Amino acid sequence: MAKITFNTATLGSSFSSLCRLAITTAVILLLWQVIVVYFEMPPFILPPPLLVLEKLIGSYQLLLSHSLITMSEIVLGLILGLLMGLLFALQMLLFKPLRRWLLPVLIASQAIPVFALAPILMLWFGYGMTSKVIMAALIIFFPVTTTCFDGLRYTPIGYLDLAHTMGANKWRQLWHIRLPAALPTLASGIRVAAVVAPIGAVVGEWVGSSGGLGYLMLQANARMQIADMFAALFILALFSITLYYFTDLLLKALIPWHREQTGH
Amino acid sequence: MSICVQLSDASLQYAGAARATFSGLNLNLPAKKWTCLLGPSGCGKTSLLRLLAGLIDSSHQLSGEISCSDGLSIDNRISYMAQQDLLLPWLNVLDNVCLKARLLTGKVSAAQQHRARQLLEQLNLSGIEKSLPDQLSGGMRQRVALARTLMQDTPIVLMDEPFSALDAVNRYKLQNLAAQVLQDRTVLLITHDPQEALRLGDQLYLFSADQQLLPLPLPDSLPPRAVDAELGHYQQSLLQKMQVQHG
Repeated sequence: MAKITFNTATLGSSFSSLCRLAITTAVILLLWQVIVVYFEMPPFILPPPLLVLEKLIGSYQLLLSHSLITMSEIVLGLILGLLMGLLFALQMLLFKPLRRWLLPVLIASQAIPVFALAPILMLWFGYGMTSKVIMAALIIFFPVTTTCFDGLRYTPIGYLDLAHTMGANKWRQLWHIRLPAALPTLASGIRVAAVVAPIGAVVGEWVGSSGGLGYLMLQANARMQIADMFAALFILALFSITLYYFTDLLLKALIPWHREQTGH
Repeated sequence: MSICVQLSDASLQYAGAARATFSGLNLNLPAKKWTCLLGPSGCGKTSLLRLLAGLIDSSHQLSGEISCSDGLSIDNRISYMAQQDLLLPWLNVLDNVCLKARLLTGKVSAAQQHRARQLLEQLNLSGIEKSLPDQLSGGMRQRVALARTLMQDTPIVLMDEPFSALDAVNRYKLQNLAAQVLQDRTVLLITHDPQEALRLGDQLYLFSADQQLLPLPLPDSLPPRAVDAELGHYQQSLLQKMQVQHG
C-alpha cells in the first residue's frame, strides 16, 4: 500500500501554480472586459464578465444541480475509462496472441470520432447518465490504454532479469515489478484523461439529455441567454482545471520516486 | 553452501546474428572461490553470465550443459548483481533488500526483516532502511544491492561489472567488502578492469579474440589483494596480453 505524503516542495510548487493560474485568469478577464467595452458588444453576443458573475450568483442553485450531474458523469466516466484501459492493456501484455486481435479494436476506438457515436449511444443507453459516462470513458480509453500498455511493455529489462533470477512467476513480476514501473507512464495518460473526459460528457449532453451543464448551455443558447451559457461554461472550465490539478497532485504524491528521478 | 559449477561445451548465437557469440566454451567455477572473467566490452562475457543465470531467451540458438557438484540444478540457486544496482525506486531500502521474499511469497516476515537489518548493519548501512534508493549515493546503492544479494542467500553469485559505475575510492572499498562478505560463495565476476580482476580473483580468465577462455596467472597472495608493486607488475603484463588479443 503506497503511503501518500505531501512534502513542502509539492505544496510550494502547487502554490506557485495556483498563483500563475490566478494571474492568467485575471488577465483574461481584463482582456474580455476591454473587448466588450471597446467594441461595444451587446450582451447577447458577448456578455461582460460582471454580468456572468451576476448570473453565477443569482442562478447558483440551478447551476449547482446541473453541475453535480456533469461532474458525476465526468468522474464516473474517468473511473470506467481508466479501468477499461488498464484491463485492455493488461490483456494485450499477458496474452500475446490476443494482442493481434485487440490492437485493431483499440485503433478503431480512436479512429471513429466519439462525437459520431454519441447519437448511437443515446439510442442504446437512453438520455440518462449512462450514455454520458460511456462517452467520457470512450474518449479517454485510447490515451489510457496506450500509455498503460507502453509502460507495461517497456519495463527496464534489468528489473525483469533480477526478478527472474529470484524465481518470481509472471504474475508476481506483473504486480511487484511491471505495474509499479509502468505507473509514471500511466500517470501521463491519466493526466490527459482528466482533461479530455469533460469533453466526452458535455458532448453527450449536447446530443441528448435532460440535465447537466451541456444541457443547460443548449437551453440558454436557444433562449439567447448568453450570460447563463458563459456561467455554465465557467463552471465547467473551473471543474476541469480543478480535476487536472487534483489528479496531478495525487499522482505526484502516489509516485514520489518519479519526481525524484526526473526532478519534476 | 559449497558448490562447484561446470559449464561444458557452451555455444550461443543470437537470433539474426551472423556469427556465434561463442562456441564450445568450457568453464569451471570452483566452490567458494572467485572466478574473474576479463575482456573488453562486447566480447561476449556478459552473454556467458546471462547463460549461467538462465536469462538467455529460448528464441536464440543455445547449447551446452551446466552442472553443479551436488548434482542439483543451478536454477533458483544464483544471485545476480548487475552493473546497475537494480534497486526498485518505489521500494525503500529494507523492502529492496527483502525483494526475493516479496516476489516469492508476496510478503516479508518479521524474521526476514530482522535478517535484512542485520545485513544492512554489517554493510554500514544502518539508519537508511526507510530511505528510497534515489536518496542514496552510488556507493550506498551498490552496497544495498550487495545486501540484497546476501539476503538471497544462494551458494552461487554472478556479478556483471557491479563496481564499474563507482568512483575509484568507493570501488576499492566495495571490492574489499564484497570479497569479505562473499568469501563462502562460488562467485563469477565479469569485469573489463584488469586491476579489479587481479585484486579479487582466485582464478582469472581472459576472453580471447577467438572467443576462448585463456587462464591467466595471479599473485600468490589471497584476495582482496592490495594495489602494490607486484599487482602492478601483473597488471602491466595483463594489459599487454589484452592488447595482443584485442588490438
